[in-house]
Amino acid sequence: MEEKEEQIVFDFENAKAKIFRESRDEIQLTLGEFAGPLDLLLYLIRKEQANIFDIPIAKITREYLNYIKLMEKLDIAVAGEFLVMSATLIEIKSRLLLPQEPAAEGEEEPEDPRQELVDRLLEHQKFKNAAEMLWSRATVEQAVFTRAPIETDENNMEVSATIFDLFEKFQQIMERRKEEIQMDIQREEMTLAEMITTLRSRLKKAKKLNLLELFRNLETKQELVLAFIATLEIVRTESVRLVQESTFGDILIVVETETG
Amino acid sequence: MAKEKPQKQRRSLGELVAAIEALIFVSEEPITVRMLIKIINEDRDTVRAALDQLSNEYDERESGLQVREIGGGWQISTRPEFHEDVRAFLKTRPSAKLSLAALETLAVIAYKQPVTVPEILEIRGVQSASSIKTLLDKRLIVSKGRKETVGRPMQYGTSKDFMIQFGLKDLSELPNIEDFEDFVQ
Repeated sequence: MEEKEEQIVFDFENAKAKIFRESRDEIQLTLGEFAGPLDLLLYLIRKEQANIFDIPIAKITREYLNYIKLMEKLDIAVAGEFLVMSATLIEIKSRLLLPQEPAAEGEEEPEDPRQELVDRLLEHQKFKNAAEMLWSRATVEQAVFTRAPIETDENNMEVSATIFDLFEKFQQIMERRKEEIQMDIQREEMTLAEMITTLRSRLKKAKKLNLLELFRNLETKQELVLAFIATLEIVRTESVRLVQESTFGDILIVVETETG
Repeated sequence: MAKEKPQKQRRSLGELVAAIEALIFVSEEPITVRMLIKIINEDRDTVRAALDQLSNEYDERESGLQVREIGGGWQISTRPEFHEDVRAFLKTRPSAKLSLAALETLAVIAYKQPVTVPEILEIRGVQSASSIKTLLDKRLIVSKGRKETVGRPMQYGTSKDFMIQFGLKDLSELPNIEDFEDFVQ
């Protein structure tokens, strides 16, 4: 049961940078599901060495839009999520431009328009770190082996078999069967001429042959067809008769006597 | 034929340790404490004590094997230090790891379970359909029924295989998610 899987290698610090590589495949690969708008934003914030709690939104928005353009230029379908993020950034930027109403007596300071985005980025970052933790745990676990299965473990396999497993097994059986039949044909191949010769010599000896019995001894479909054609051929060319002694009774091939 | 009533001879702790070792050895999956209790017919505390002793014995004699609690059960496995030798014998190479996308999705599911696809999207900021499929195929996650909300979305959680493959006793062994909050500049 060898499972062929592609080895996916990446490193956590530089994975995001791949977006800028010129090779088109590389970009599509990295952009796949991994690099979402949040990843891109985190990357830009790091690159600009900005403080996540005080994002220079105008600058980051401009950079962000540049990358979207780059992606379009490279003919990568820009996922909807990236466009949503563009809109969010622009909205935050415009809200920051508006003069803030001074907080009324007893009211709390209005929330920074960037707050929600920052929260999402921080949350996202947490799970990226958690993914990294899982990665290292899995690496350690891959160095640990349990004993090879013993015979009785097979019992457990039954539980996990699905209808698809069954279907697959059935297909295998069919495949094998196909092969077997092919081998049979090769070994037993017979030409029409050979069949006619065989039939003729048997008739000569027996003078009378029961068709049903003749056919019953033949194994493959090909032989049956050959025997049938051979019978017709002999009936046509030689002095034999097909005799049916009663309605629905067996058919006999009878060699006609010279005098008959 | 009168069946002989099993007159349970009290076994010494040493004997219990040996019996438990045998059971862990033959079990393909990590064997649960509950199963051990049922088979060797002792109470939970005794079984626990025997397990601890067994595990210590392996540690003390610096065995190439370890007895440890994983995925809600107990298992005997090789120690990671010897992976090169073991791999040389088994002629295997480390199998392909999950993609970063799948790992991130798995992290979200592990910490937020039961969690729906839209909730995963919210945290990751990207669609995760193919990652979820990969994780389901590898049996690292399982569906945990539907959430009784608009559209009744499917909820996902981690499986026993997840704990085994990531070397976890149980989910509480996962580090606290808040500890990952370190935004390095």
